[in-house]
Amino acid sequence: MDEGRARRRGVPPRLWLAGGWLLLALLAAIFAPLVAPQDPLAQDLMLERLPPFWMAGADPGYWLGTDSLGRDLLSRLIFGGRIAFIVAFAAAIAACLVGSALGLIAGYFGGWADRIISRIVDVWMAFPPVLFAILLVAVLGTGLSSVILAIAIIDWTRFCRVIRAETMGQSRMDYVENARIAGYGRIGIMLREVLPNVVPSIVALLSLEMGIAVIVEAILSFVNLSISTDDPTWGGIIAEGRLSIHQAWWVLVFPLVTLILTVLSFSQFGEALKTRFDPVLR
Amino acid sequence: MSAICLDIRDLSAVLPNGQRVLRSVSLAVQPGEVRALVGESGAGKTMIGKAVLGVLPSSVRIVEGDMLLEGEDLGKLQPKARRTLIGARTALIPQDPLTALNPSRRIGPQMTDRLVRILGWSGEKADTRIRQLLDEVQIRDPDRVLKSYPHELSGGMRQRVLIAAAFAAEPRLIVADEPTTALDVTVQKQILRLIVQLQREHGTAILFVTHDLGVVAKISQRVSVLYAGKVVEEADTAALFAAPQHPYTRALMAATPRYTDPFASLKPVDEAVLAGLASEIAAADQAWRRSHG
Repeated sequence: MDEGRARRRGVPPRLWLAGGWLLLALLAAIFAPLVAPQDPLAQDLMLERLPPFWMAGADPGYWLGTDSLGRDLLSRLIFGGRIAFIVAFAAAIAACLVGSALGLIAGYFGGWADRIISRIVDVWMAFPPVLFAILLVAVLGTGLSSVILAIAIIDWTRFCRVIRAETMGQSRMDYVENARIAGYGRIGIMLREVLPNVVPSIVALLSLEMGIAVIVEAILSFVNLSISTDDPTWGGIIAEGRLSIHQAWWVLVFPLVTLILTVLSFSQFGEALKTRFDPVLR
Repeated sequence: MSAICLDIRDLSAVLPNGQRVLRSVSLAVQPGEVRALVGESGAGKTMIGKAVLGVLPSSVRIVEGDMLLEGEDLGKLQPKARRTLIGARTALIPQDPLTALNPSRRIGPQMTDRLVRILGWSGEKADTRIRQLLDEVQIRDPDRVLKSYPHELSGGMRQRVLIAAAFAAEPRLIVADEPTTALDVTVQKQILRLIVQLQREHGTAILFVTHDLGVVAKISQRVSVLYAGKVVEEADTAALFAAPQHPYTRALMAATPRYTDPFASLKPVDEAVLAGLASEIAAADQAWRRSHG
């Protein structure tokens, strides 16, 4: 017990780093109008392709430089974070609810329910996800809600597969049999006995999925299928940066770094949360 | 109400491939009696326990026979009524105390839940009852234990908790499925003593599944010897040990290591006896198949 407490006190540095970055990025996104140094949409051809602050010719008002239309890169990244986080939270939660529920049912009840759900998952996963996303948005039309919907429709299978396997493992445990002997109903056992034991995995996956949703959203805006073209998005900035890589590398590199840090932080944070939620690992 | 606590009559169960795993098992447990069910691993001891408690794996199907719990025919009840009856009148002391407790719930709610939700007790009454039982299984710091997660307790403590939980609802019958196998040798004895002590105080009948003839001799009043899903011998414990009738029982006893000569090599069960048993079972299976088309 004492040893456990000592371990609990020392928060691993990767949790600090991951959580810190996410908090910073989230706060910046929420308070974007207050935080952003410039208007992310204001073009000024006199200021095009200003380099970041440490290079010669930088302007102190534009820390990370400007793009080919003279828009402030930092402000565009901060505003782009808004869409990234909205998509991350909404799409991941939607995918999680659908996928976990179906996974729990398939894993716990087995038999026909499992066969039907598992076949659907197999078919679903045979589609190349990016192509699937592009196709879906093409059908649903661009816009924030269709991007969220598309990601949820594609990625629920991740939750379903993992939660199904976890649930199957838990359902074989003696405590489930004990609950059946005691006379609890099947659904009651699934929700009260099994579900708490898969929650750590659900939480870890949820965080991971938020990172994946950020990537998919970036991919969609990279191919210009995400939100309207006016609002800055990380993928959109990357797409623009690609065109001017030889003249202004920073327009490509900074959004890429932001994206990678965010996705990495989500996955690390999920891992740390999992140990938090699990009474055995805690 | 019938005087017999558990009455199993000619119970046969098959696997999907048609192989019989229980071969016309008959077994009667009197109220307040400890009935041992002894046999090698794979003999179907645990299967009988699971059949009684209604938790057979879905691949195993009961094809014949009746099970009467205090005179109520389990096979004739609706599934829901059967669950309720089994839940109220039976309990299990499991083999592995590690997996038999839900790892993500604290001991306290796990134990009281059953009394509150199945028997409809008030939370307060359930709590008092649980504390009383924890005292009976000699847990001296119930507050700490009730607040603990299962992994924070030792194997022996967990098994005590499970024994307390099994007796808490005053079941008429407890199935104890090798309750000491997963424990340390030093703890085994204490746990065994506790089970017997509580069994006497509460007058509960126990179907005690084990492969350990030493345990059988110590705690049971009657024994059924099982081989390949078939009861080969049934007798009072004293009589069985004084004069085993069936050759398999005799061979099983001869294979038990003796403390008087701890360095003697272990003897397997005599092969001639097993061959005899195999042909006996093959003949019985053939006859059974003929009569069941």
